[in-house]
Amino acid sequence: MTDPVRPLPDAPGVAPGPAAAPSPPPPLLDADALARDAERLEAVWRGPRGFWGWLTSVDHKSIGKRYIVTAFLMFLAGGIEAAMMRAQLSGPLRGLIGPDRYNQIFTTHGSTMMFLFAVPMMNAMGLYFVPLMVGARNVAFPRLNAFGYYTYLVGVVFLYVSLFVNTGPDAGWTSYVPLAGPEFSPGHRVDVWAQLVTFTEIAALAAAVNIIVTTFKLRAPGMSLNRIPIFVWSQLVVSFMIVFAMPAVATASTIQLAADRAVGTQWFNPATGGDALLWQHIFWFFGHPEVYIVFLPALGFVTPIVETFARRRVFGYTAIVLANITTGFFAFGLWVHHMFATPIPELGQSLFTAASMVIAIPTGVQIFCWIATLFLGRSRMTTAMLFVLGFLFTFVNGGITGVMLASVAFDKQVHDTFFVVAHLHYVLLGGAVLPLFAGFYFWFPKITGRMLSETLGAWHFWLFTIGVNVTFFPMHILGLQGMPRRIYTYLPETGWGGLNLLASAGAVVIAVSVILFLINVWVSWTAGAVAGPNPWASSGLDWATASPPPVYNFVHPVVVEGRHPLWDTVGPLAVLTGLRTDRREELITTTFDALPDHRHQSPRHSIWPLYLALCMGVVWIGSMFSPWFVLGGFALSLLGLLGWGWQGSRASGPELVATPHDLVEAS
Amino acid sequence: MRRVALAAVLLLAACAGRQNVLNPVSPGNRQVNTLFWWMLGVGAAVWALVIVAFLWASLRARRRTREDLEVPVEPVPPEANRRATRIVGGLVALTAIILLVFLIYDFTVGRALAAHPSRALTIEIIGHQWWWEVRYLDPDPQRIVVDANELHLPAGDTVQVKLLSRDVIHSFWVPNIIGKRDLIPGYVSSIFLSPDRPGVYRAQCAEFCGHEHAKMALPVVVHPRDGFSQWLQRARTPAAAPADSLALAGRTVFLAGSCSSCHAITGEPAYASLGPDLTHLASRRTLAAGTLVNTPGNLAGWIVDPQAVKPGALMPANALAPRDLRALLAYLETLK
Amino acid sequence: MFSRSPDRVTRGLRALRPRGGAPLLLATLLLLAAACEREQRRFVESPPSATPTGQLLTVSQLQPGPAYITADVEAPYDDNAWAVSQGQTLFTSMNCVGCHFHGGGGIGPALMDDQWIYGSAPEQIFASIAEGRPNGMPAWKYKLSDQQIWMLVSYVRSLSGLIPKGARPGRSDHMMLTTPPTSTAPAHPKMTTVP
Repeated sequence: MTDPVRPLPDAPGVAPGPAAAPSPPPPLLDADALARDAERLEAVWRGPRGFWGWLTSVDHKSIGKRYIVTAFLMFLAGGIEAAMMRAQLSGPLRGLIGPDRYNQIFTTHGSTMMFLFAVPMMNAMGLYFVPLMVGARNVAFPRLNAFGYYTYLVGVVFLYVSLFVNTGPDAGWTSYVPLAGPEFSPGHRVDVWAQLVTFTEIAALAAAVNIIVTTFKLRAPGMSLNRIPIFVWSQLVVSFMIVFAMPAVATASTIQLAADRAVGTQWFNPATGGDALLWQHIFWFFGHPEVYIVFLPALGFVTPIVETFARRRVFGYTAIVLANITTGFFAFGLWVHHMFATPIPELGQSLFTAASMVIAIPTGVQIFCWIATLFLGRSRMTTAMLFVLGFLFTFVNGGITGVMLASVAFDKQVHDTFFVVAHLHYVLLGGAVLPLFAGFYFWFPKITGRMLSETLGAWHFWLFTIGVNVTFFPMHILGLQGMPRRIYTYLPETGWGGLNLLASAGAVVIAVSVILFLINVWVSWTAGAVAGPNPWASSGLDWATASPPPVYNFVHPVVVEGRHPLWDTVGPLAVLTGLRTDRREELITTTFDALPDHRHQSPRHSIWPLYLALCMGVVWIGSMFSPWFVLGGFALSLLGLLGWGWQGSRASGPELVATPHDLVEAS
Repeated sequence: MRRVALAAVLLLAACAGRQNVLNPVSPGNRQVNTLFWWMLGVGAAVWALVIVAFLWASLRARRRTREDLEVPVEPVPPEANRRATRIVGGLVALTAIILLVFLIYDFTVGRALAAHPSRALTIEIIGHQWWWEVRYLDPDPQRIVVDANELHLPAGDTVQVKLLSRDVIHSFWVPNIIGKRDLIPGYVSSIFLSPDRPGVYRAQCAEFCGHEHAKMALPVVVHPRDGFSQWLQRARTPAAAPADSLALAGRTVFLAGSCSSCHAITGEPAYASLGPDLTHLASRRTLAAGTLVNTPGNLAGWIVDPQAVKPGALMPANALAPRDLRALLAYLETLK
Repeated sequence: MFSRSPDRVTRGLRALRPRGGAPLLLATLLLLAAACEREQRRFVESPPSATPTGQLLTVSQLQPGPAYITADVEAPYDDNAWAVSQGQTLFTSMNCVGCHFHGGGGIGPALMDDQWIYGSAPEQIFASIAEGRPNGMPAWKYKLSDQQIWMLVSYVRSLSGLIPKGARPGRSDHMMLTTPPTSTAPAHPKMTTVP
């Protein structure tokens, strides 16, 4: 790490910054001192080596990488399930998979893609990059972060082991009661789903609070709220959405569905005054924001990519931030548009129609702002930019069918048909996976220190985008021709065979493109061109450190003077010195203006997150079989909590940093 | 199975669009159709504009080499920024206006669909895993017709359909006639069908309801108005005792064996309501909820091994002796 | 950084190996194998018959399908959650509840207790259902297939806790609020809407 930096004095009373305009710039930190600091930080922040060190790591980059890799493996698993479904549906009355197996496969596909790929992947990108982008050394709660990952991992293993022993959930990823209730789903299949949801909700909540507090309290000095990168804004909004949405589904699945199934409560039993529709309300109160939880972070990837390759600061920063917040807000007012076919009063439906149409506006604002940015600059078409193009091409299509679906009259026709399947895949593959691939091509150098191949990348892009459109476009027509969702076969007389065959052929193209991407990752990872700290000459703080970043991220906290630190500052970046390097000390700044506030000691590596996640596994998985597991698991977790708290008490209390508070205002 | 395929190929030519949103046969559905084409047209135009604008903005003056990235990023000149603000603002306003127009349009269509006559023939449709029970209601309980897996409607008339479910959530949807409405246990909801072109259409359960959700179809026969009342009249006649001895033996098989523990036949001492009512089985077009063409061979196969046709269906396999089976088929063929 | 981790993983796995993950793995697999059986949906099969029910009807003497086993047999579905729940459905729809109520007994004997007039062994219960018993229990062998009777056997055994806990059914949604078969209007509709 040899970034050129100039120091800001850490002694009180010295006025820094360009306010004293004519004064000569402060001297550069001398390279020897920097190297010494880096060495000390490395010793303090790196945990033990070996397998133990790997298990106990609380570094956000280490956890983030595992999260990304696991979530991508889940993408592949969900993809394999999709391929099996496409094989079965490629012709009428095909007998490859029977209904019992097919129902498990499509339920696992949906649950995997929503709960185990999309949300964790977006969280993972946030957990990896938010601390880097705000100039922090780690996330705010490193052990909670590790705990969240392991909880998620337990959920992943749990679902897939269940699937392999014929206990895969089979009531759809929405698990509508009464079909998912005790009478119509005997055995433990739906229990697996209900507990899986619990695991992923806890993991998502852990990630969300971490991102919120990291963004609010660990920002680099000077990064006031109006200078936060758009990527971080979108993660922040989404984290708040997670905090509001996830408890709804956790309540529905754990307290209501699992209890109905396990101990005979009557939440959803109409015979005893329960209500089957209640489930749909609670589920979709989570389920609709879920879509935006997946999709807003992806929009957050697009902005830095567009501004970097257009060589222009993004047009309409404030508009985009407000659009993100508005989307997050309205996302909670749309859930009934999944229930237009249920007996809900017309007036209520109209309200949700209006809300569903309004939410198109903030998304439109973001798209127009990107086009304006491109228009104001001169752009370079890298693979990442190609994927942004693919994203617009595909996602806008899904957005327009989304507006069509907001119309009650039309939605009643195509609800629960392949038209909706097409729409949701256009939105999620187009609006989340394509930007995610753009993000992979953009940030792979930062994570691994090597560039992905652009040639293979272009092949990957074209095959993937073409594959997605060939697979899912025909499904619009199939839906209009009356093909319902979630059917394991269809009769030849329906005439759906041809378009289904075409869709299955498209799935093959997608598979080939994903294999190309895996080859690209493998080849580039081992033998790709070495990337410098900032291969794209981008603007964010994530590019102000080495690739891959050292374990402590930055030697000294960077002082931020604008929205685009690496573009705004000509010459070396200002830093704040004075944090101790002999322990894991980090700087806490104020929420609004990011003024240095106090020091805080970040916790050391720890095994307790893993231990507690396993205890959670005992509690939730065991609760399917016997309530004793719940008691036993809680007893076991007490030990973990004790260990966790004990370790935490070693951190010293906060003390003020001796730095003038007018530091930032002056700059 | 081959017979089904053959029949299907023949049917396909004759009945293209018999399960198609874009082939509306009711006034309400025609309005929805117009709404759809408008939304599609405007939406496609918006989509094309966005893509063209994006391509033009990004390819207009491309940077070709990596070194191009190294040039310092200049701020946008204020007048260019102002112009861009105006254009983006205009586009956002335009989006809002388009959405508003569609919103109002959608509300007017919704209102038109909500209008319905005060008195209409009422049909009750009850969803079961995985078949449809259809009851043509009448103030006089003697005149209620119970049928299954086929819906008969008069053309040019409005029919109220009440929707109920006996087990899980199903969804009733005749693409050519009307959008879907869920059958939710504990709720009773009703919709109004007003088909105006006679023909045979296909409906299929649209809400995932378990193993055989895929094979829960409902042929919808729209009769000319007179044809419908004739059909209803015929449907009210109970089954007559068969004349020939083979069919009589089959009747014994039906009543003494396991058939009558689930199926009912009006006019016979068979009252069970677990499976479809079989009073007019022989005059139905399909078997097993629109899954098989109603031929004696298919019927025999279905009786002996329903699980081969609909794995998971609630009808058990029936190990009937060949003679019993032949007798039973002969009897069932008399149930016109 | 990234490239180093797999190396660390391998080293870690090597460190784990001597501690004997194999028995643990084996135990897990055995547990899982039990789950396999419990969750199967066996749609098509000819279960053994406890009593010779070959002559269901006297219309003819021919008997298709496999020969029936008549030796003493185990209940084929005691371990299968889906089959037990099918049995539960049959228990209601065949009106077993009419006499036995929901296991508590009334006109017929209680099924939830540990008192059995004709025995609690699977084949004894099968015989009770299939052949009927004096004082009112009808013979069901003409009305139900052997498979269905076996499902009922397992459900009846579940009422008094004779089958593994994991296969026992949950509460039933059965007394659902829909129109009774004879009436034309819903008894108590929760909500009636008109489009």
